[in-house]
Amino acid sequence: MIHFVILISRQGKVRLTKWYSPYQQKERATAIRELSSLILTRGPKLCNFVEWKGYKAVYRRYASLYFCMCVDQDDNELEILEIIHHFVEILDRYFGSVCELDLIFNFHKAYYILDEILIAGELQESSKKIVARLIAAQDTMVETAKAEAGSVSNMIAQTM
Amino acid sequence: MALSGMRGLSVFISDVRNCQNKEQERLRVDKELGNIRTRFKNEKGLSHYEKKKYVWKILYVHMLGYDVDFGHTETVSLISAPKYPEKQVGYIVTSCLLNENHDFLRIVINTVRNDIIGRNETFQCLALTMVGNIGGKEFSESLAPDVQKLLVSSSCRPLVRKKAALCLLRLYRKNPDVVNIDGWSDRMSQLLDERDLGVLTAVMSLFVALVSNNIEAYWNCLPKCVKILERLARNQDIPPEYTYYGIPSPWLQVKTMRALQYFPTIEDPNTRRALFEVLQRILMGTDVVKNVNKNNAAHAVLFEALALVMHLDAEKEMMSQCVALLGKFIAVREPNIRYLGLYCGNCLEENMTRMLLVSDVQDIIKRHQSQIITSLKDPDISIRRRALDLLYGMCDVTNAKDIVEELLQEVICDPHKLSTISLQYLNTAEFAMREELALKAAILAEKFAPDLSWYVDVILQLIDKAGDFVSDDIWYRVVQFVTNNEDLQPYAAAKAREYLEKPALHETMVKVSAYLLGEYSHLLAQRPGCSPKEIFTIISEKLPTVTTSTIAILLSTFAKILMHNHPSDPQLQEQIWSIFRKYESYIDVEIQQRSVEYFALSRKGTALMDVLAEMPKFPERQSALIKKTEDAEVDTAEQSAIRIRSLQQTSNALVVTDQRPANGSVPVSQLALVRMPSQNMEASSTHDQATSQDQINPQDREFSHQNGSVTAVVPQEVHPADLLGDLLGPLAIEGPPAPAVPAEHKDQNLLSTPEATPDAAGPLALATVDDQPNSVQPIANIAERFNALCLKDSGVLYEDSHIQIGIKAEWRSHHGRFVLFLGNKNTSPLVSVQAVILPPTHLKMELSLVPETIPPRAQVQCPLEVVNLRASRDLAVLDLSYKFGTAVVNVKLRIPAVLNKFLQPLSISAEEFFLQWKSLSGPPLKLQEVLRGVKPLPLSELANLFTSLRMAVIPGIDTNPNNLIICATFHSESTRAMLCLVSINLCSSDIRVETDPTDRTQLRITLGSGDPILTFELKECIKEHLVSIPMQAPTPGISPIQPQSPVTPAYNDPGAMLAGLL
Repeated sequence: MIHFVILISRQGKVRLTKWYSPYQQKERATAIRELSSLILTRGPKLCNFVEWKGYKAVYRRYASLYFCMCVDQDDNELEILEIIHHFVEILDRYFGSVCELDLIFNFHKAYYILDEILIAGELQESSKKIVARLIAAQDTMVETAKAEAGSVSNMIAQTM
Repeated sequence: MALSGMRGLSVFISDVRNCQNKEQERLRVDKELGNIRTRFKNEKGLSHYEKKKYVWKILYVHMLGYDVDFGHTETVSLISAPKYPEKQVGYIVTSCLLNENHDFLRIVINTVRNDIIGRNETFQCLALTMVGNIGGKEFSESLAPDVQKLLVSSSCRPLVRKKAALCLLRLYRKNPDVVNIDGWSDRMSQLLDERDLGVLTAVMSLFVALVSNNIEAYWNCLPKCVKILERLARNQDIPPEYTYYGIPSPWLQVKTMRALQYFPTIEDPNTRRALFEVLQRILMGTDVVKNVNKNNAAHAVLFEALALVMHLDAEKEMMSQCVALLGKFIAVREPNIRYLGLYCGNCLEENMTRMLLVSDVQDIIKRHQSQIITSLKDPDISIRRRALDLLYGMCDVTNAKDIVEELLQEVICDPHKLSTISLQYLNTAEFAMREELALKAAILAEKFAPDLSWYVDVILQLIDKAGDFVSDDIWYRVVQFVTNNEDLQPYAAAKAREYLEKPALHETMVKVSAYLLGEYSHLLAQRPGCSPKEIFTIISEKLPTVTTSTIAILLSTFAKILMHNHPSDPQLQEQIWSIFRKYESYIDVEIQQRSVEYFALSRKGTALMDVLAEMPKFPERQSALIKKTEDAEVDTAEQSAIRIRSLQQTSNALVVTDQRPANGSVPVSQLALVRMPSQNMEASSTHDQATSQDQINPQDREFSHQNGSVTAVVPQEVHPADLLGDLLGPLAIEGPPAPAVPAEHKDQNLLSTPEATPDAAGPLALATVDDQPNSVQPIANIAERFNALCLKDSGVLYEDSHIQIGIKAEWRSHHGRFVLFLGNKNTSPLVSVQAVILPPTHLKMELSLVPETIPPRAQVQCPLEVVNLRASRDLAVLDLSYKFGTAVVNVKLRIPAVLNKFLQPLSISAEEFFLQWKSLSGPPLKLQEVLRGVKPLPLSELANLFTSLRMAVIPGIDTNPNNLIICATFHSESTRAMLCLVSINLCSSDIRVETDPTDRTQLRITLGSGDPILTFELKECIKEHLVSIPMQAPTPGISPIQPQSPVTPAYNDPGAMLAGLL
């Protein structure tokens, strides 16, 4: 199973974290720190797997962002690697040629999307089309709700 | 792009991004958190929109790595909001901020449940997702039935059902009881018929978890899995959106094959055939293609198929196909594939061992050895690690030399051309990798050494060139190895001498060289450049450059050189003394103490000889190195069953004598006495009979496991595995000496420090006082203990509820010395302590002064000197009495100064043996007897018994494998005088034990020596140990003066006595 997913930038800034196994705040920080130092220092033509504390970190770099998923030793690494790519393709489709900035300012969107792809550290949906449809439906629901609740107070709040 | 514009959030994010440094960022974050905190405090004016915004900000701050200790209530409360936008944020942020153990989750269980059982599909999805991601045990208990209902419901849409499947998987992981096996196998089977691939993928994940815990319940699902594979891989019968780069859902294929690997076999021939057809298609149809993603996905499936084929005992043809593929992968350039090829190779290696197909596969893998070695030099540490594992796994006698030398090159020469100067910049992973390389090279070198000198060459080279990566364990092991292999000693010493010539030497090399030369340089004395003086000079040159721990070793080496300094060279002596004097005031106490002690010792003249004699052999035990790799492997928690199995196999293959039983204290009644694990004690008696001791003391062992331990006199932890470390490390003086111990005893304490004792059991012997065996039936045990002590040199002689008497003995020709350790177990002093030795006529014994009072929880040590006058089996008795409160206790204890203690194993050549044998012409010099009722023992144990009796079993003289030729010399004062024309101080006694292979309960023993009394006595002595005759009368018991004197003696139980012996 996937124990956690982290997105880190080239500079080591965290862009998204999602934990499927219980980690305390401190353990989360350690994991991020250790894995960043392991992954960010690796050269471009190496394999996509790093062994870490009895787990395997499967990672892949997209422009300035590293996507990393930490799995059990005996999990199928290539399968995980392609889950990463699957996730990236969906992000790409949703944002339209996704870049790091999209994920910084819309990190909550990235969480919505991730929740449609993974649950319990396992792949939930492997069809990009279906994920896109579900996310679009969510967005519509939020928009409708907003329109319905277009009261004065809400409009004031939005301008703040 | 429908981005919900939350301006406040965007502004905050850009502010944070614009911060120049961490400090500014912190200020900005603190400001924001302060703001949110005040807004939350007065919640009334807070709109849903604001709440949402703040909660997102909190998540953002949390993601940046700051601790946010508030806002959880507000986040969680959003879950109960009636509208979708708020609820969604509540669910998602909650599942990111909190983990399953968080208390706050409890308060929403009800809300979550209402959402799950409610009619609103979108709410169901949100709730299922959160529970699936962070649901814990409590969720598991209260929600599982509802989630199951959703999963099997026909009215639910796929988007809900797939979430329900994974949510149930989470709940099942938290508490397997929630899925009721009985009903589920049928349901599962139906679920596997699912047409929607999203649902099916999720269901398959659930199925893998279920089947991994209980195969039996899910046999009916097996054909379904094969059907799914056929549907995907053969028929490609799936909607286009589920193909990934042209491959039908690779994830589902992988998962399905994973599930199939849990079934031990496939019985049904049709299913089997269908499956193999699919597998064959996958094996054959996967090529390396340009597109990375397609390539990865295809190989993800291929590697899973390989694993499945290996698991399923496929036909040989298919196996070879797999192995050929692996060979291809190992050689391929693409790093991911190569990595997996190496990883898979290792699994295959392990798998094949299981299936007894070793030779074929190994041959094929070996053909790729050079490619694997190339991978060992890869710039990618992940690949290097895999290559190392595979090489380590495939190493055997045929290729050990090559592989070890490659590993050695790898540790030594740097693939990244890093000079030694830049070593400090090596990152930790690189460093760890080097250490692992060094460790594995050392293990393989020992395990598969074609000859012993090669082993020494390799390790010394390793230490010399890669000292930085050589952990202490490695050099301890060489010392242990050399000590235990006499043939090797001169060679190792000569090698060490050579290395010392080098101008710059790694400190570890200095340590190991100095140690080896201290022990064995006298064996080289004839060679040029190896006189004590020259050895001293070259070692003392290193003195100014080394650290404290090495100085300690060098001092010991000097003391040993001094001992071998005869004919005495006063100049050398003066030089060494001056070094000792110089270090008497060294800043480190350890060094000070050594210098003072060695200096004092060396003035004692001959006493030095005894004290500084060569280290005896170490007990055979699992190499600490192998333990280390095993620990490391456990550390890296390789989960797969294959791994675990292989680990178990390795550890079985090794003699593990040092597992420690749990040391938990148990409540002890007045009578149930105390003991430490006997394991400790056995490992601690540093003699080469460790294994035989294990057999000798099965009962002791049993007891120790049951009783655990209670503090005895001086709590001193000595881990057997660290034995060598203790010896070589700083001098471990025993626990606090009793205040009442007279000065001369303190002297004795010093003498028995580890470096100074000929018997390496130094600290351990001291520790044995704590490791006292306890007797539930103390009197019976006295006999057992005595018997055990006849075969080993340290242990407990006696114990009752007040006192523990441990002994440690050292033997040198016809001299012996015991140290009695009298330990007071009580919190009040033992008074009127009196000990008198009643020696038999053939022994001269002298017991040093025993103090009258033993302070509470203290121990005193009393040396007992023994001189053997002639051969006899009479025994010395220690008459000990003490007073505790009003009770006077008097015990008489046999002292194990028995005949065999004065033997010394002697190894002689065949010609010499027959010459001596013929010269002994019949009785009374040569006696023969057929022994009946011998305890049946395998030959190896019989041999061990003789080893324990201090006799050498010499292989190769008698061609009949059922016969043992045993040889020893006997030392006594009288025989020295008697045989002065032939040799001084020894008479040869050759024994032939011929066994009848069909009947192990009888054997014929023929033995001879130059002294008829010796011949007879020795024969009787051996008989006592071989035949089930109880030895003499039972021990003198405790005088019944003591009211609470423990338990009636279990006299005269020969079975028990023998069990104690054998």
